[in-house]
Amino acid sequence: MTSTSIETPLIGDLQSMTGNDDGPLAAVRVGVVTFPGSLDDRDAMRAIRLAGGSAVELWHGDHDLQEVDAVIIPGGFSYGDYLRAGAISRFAPLMEQITQAATGGADALPVLGICNGFQILTEAHLLPGSMIKNEHLHFLCRDQRLRVENADTHWTGEYWAGEEVVIPLKNQDGQFVADNRTLDELEGEGRVVFRYVGGNPNGSRRNIAGISNTAGNVVGLMPHPEHAVEAGFGPDSSARGEVGLRGGTDGLGIFTSVLRKLVG
Amino acid sequence: MPRIVVDVMPKPEILDPQGKAIAGALPRIGLTGFAAVRQGKRFELTVDGEITEQILEQARHAATTLLSNPVIEDVTRVEVIEEDAP
Repeated sequence: MTSTSIETPLIGDLQSMTGNDDGPLAAVRVGVVTFPGSLDDRDAMRAIRLAGGSAVELWHGDHDLQEVDAVIIPGGFSYGDYLRAGAISRFAPLMEQITQAATGGADALPVLGICNGFQILTEAHLLPGSMIKNEHLHFLCRDQRLRVENADTHWTGEYWAGEEVVIPLKNQDGQFVADNRTLDELEGEGRVVFRYVGGNPNGSRRNIAGISNTAGNVVGLMPHPEHAVEAGFGPDSSARGEVGLRGGTDGLGIFTSVLRKLVG
Repeated sequence: MPRIVVDVMPKPEILDPQGKAIAGALPRIGLTGFAAVRQGKRFELTVDGEITEQILEQARHAATTLLSNPVIEDVTRVEVIEEDAP
């Protein structure tokens, strides 16, 4: 599949679209965790397949990671955002396994948290800071321009540092906050992975849209790359130039990044 | 049955967008005497039986691990409350 394709493929035969179902990336198994109230788990699985990998369904209540090579914690409203977004999911049995597997250096399990998944990762202390309500209190849904600040993480290797992408943003609790010492540490260690460009949509400190842990295997971001992977279903714009209606696929690189990283 | 109350407030240095919205609404119903509003949470933990020091300790643990997020919130109270009159 070429990202310049403007023809709408519609939901159809994935294998004929990706054309690499027997490629080396297909051996990489990426698990997507479903919690009660997850919304974008199917989209994340589809993104993995479109990138050429194999998607594995994981259930929050299980204790078995099924020997996956990486994990995505998807967007949605797990447990209805009760208490705080991500606060209850963080104690799911599978999260214990993930926390353990994701800790321990550059060879640890790559984990990506998208939106609610990012919130869960901060509640689980895999990533610092927290998300509070948007400064303006509104639910915001729009295509958002971001700058990839760090192209060395497990999830951003297919981009170059400074490259811009356009992917959808949709949340109400999207304001990233942390104390100044933590923010300075994140900046100093190059752990700000994504930054909002063209205006701060929610009041996030220092325009931060996504961060990583020290080793770079754990990344969280508020906008949704899995909604910008397939021409016909993406944003109406791309940072790479003009695209057709819903033709933006700038998010696909996140998923190909982790697959390539794992293939070596 | 006896209860333990846990109060959680947003940290003073964290902007409280909900409190700000409430502060903005008060003058609209004619109440102009308030300079600021901050919105917190109150939890009531009901205990089946006597509240021992051990249970109180569990409540404190719950307050700091699950009921609040220390990055953005402070636990301002963990206290046994007297039974309300029926």
